[in-house]
Amino acid sequence: MHNNFLNVSRETKMMINENINVLDFCKKPEYFETAGRVSSYWSWADYFGSINCRISNSFRMKYKIEAGLYALGEPDENSDVFVSANYKLSFNILRKALNGFSVWILALDTKGINVWCAAGKGTFGTKELVNSIKKAKLGNFLNHRHIIVPQLGAVGVNADAVFKQTGFKVHFGPVYAKDIKDYLKAGKRKTSKMRKVNFSILERVILTPMEIIPAFKKFFIFAVIVLLFFGLEPAGILFKNAWESGMPFLLLGLASIIAGTFITPVFLPFIPFHSFALKGYIIGVLAVIPVILLLNVPEQRNILILIAEMIFFPAASSYLALQFTGSTSYTNMSGVKKELKIALPAYLISAAISFILLIIYKLYRL
Amino acid sequence: MKYLKNAASLNFIQEKCTNCLLCIDVCPHAVFSLQNKKVRVVDKDLCMECGACALNCKYGALTVNSGVGCALGVINGMITGGAPSCDCSDSSSVDCC
Repeated sequence: MHNNFLNVSRETKMMINENINVLDFCKKPEYFETAGRVSSYWSWADYFGSINCRISNSFRMKYKIEAGLYALGEPDENSDVFVSANYKLSFNILRKALNGFSVWILALDTKGINVWCAAGKGTFGTKELVNSIKKAKLGNFLNHRHIIVPQLGAVGVNADAVFKQTGFKVHFGPVYAKDIKDYLKAGKRKTSKMRKVNFSILERVILTPMEIIPAFKKFFIFAVIVLLFFGLEPAGILFKNAWESGMPFLLLGLASIIAGTFITPVFLPFIPFHSFALKGYIIGVLAVIPVILLLNVPEQRNILILIAEMIFFPAASSYLALQFTGSTSYTNMSGVKKELKIALPAYLISAAISFILLIIYKLYRL
Repeated sequence: MKYLKNAASLNFIQEKCTNCLLCIDVCPHAVFSLQNKKVRVVDKDLCMECGACALNCKYGALTVNSGVGCALGVINGMITGGAPSCDCSDSSSVDCC
């Protein structure tokens, strides 16, 4: 039939060592496919890619490989089949973890999204898995009918439905690729530890750039508004005023961004309360107060400005911290909804009050 | 780490359960455990509503309201009136998870 790997992307090409013919194992030679052979070795580009994925959205969105069947090592008709996503980082982590093993890897077309997120959205799901098993014609060359799906893929894969539609029994493997060797050695048996998702300090730190960078994009707009607001005088825009009066606001803005997008996520378990909005608020207050005390600018002595700052910036930190619920591996949607029911009106009111206070201050000064 | 108390929408119907243990196998937070040869919900507050157990329960013993858990997604859902959506950036790309 067709060759899967004739027109493949650069990312896929860089990884494939050779194309092998699955025909050798086929019982029905008229149906054969080719599979790209990959190794468990990581090149410098793979290491670079693993870092770049955490920093750049645009890089990550393009970091994908061709979906389809791959051969790792020298698999044959008795080898295990692992299912992965076509997000290259997921695939790379899997093939690295399988160092020394010879297995088949079936990469589903998840549009370059990792297994867990894709499973949540349905692209790593029963339908895609069934289609991929059929397309790769696993049944034509394998002696067994077992397939290993990452446990987190269970969010989208209904094991029973896959079995009914393909005859393949789904085994949900360990959550983390590093446990795969022990899992295979134990005869495809997981310990309870292998089932659990962790959320270590390192994992949280890795996730913070994707919180910090979008926040800074918003900060730029905030800075322009602040400088315009303070610089605007009946005589026109005064840059001296804009800078002198606006600078404390910009510094406080930075403090609340650091509080909400970095300090709160990193120190998450050590901050009181379960609510992310409250955690972010506490850290926001703690970050904002020293900055206010350190700034000895005439504007800071104005009570209206002071109140506006104390209302707005901790709330901003709280809002940013609440965004981190999307990146954690333990918060749930019902909880986020519950938080937002109180937090969202509070944010809007805080923003409105601080804005009104600033307007009064401005009118008073004119 | 635990999130809000009594928030998770997980619902377990003991009578329908056949103790096949698939929920224990797929749960990433050890919400279920086998006690006296029966599956029990140990701690509902640990549930992150991923939906893996409910999808894989052949017997309909589990229901959970699963969905996108990021705040912006939920806000988007509130504004549009639909389900929480993850398409949070200005582009149409799905980049938040």
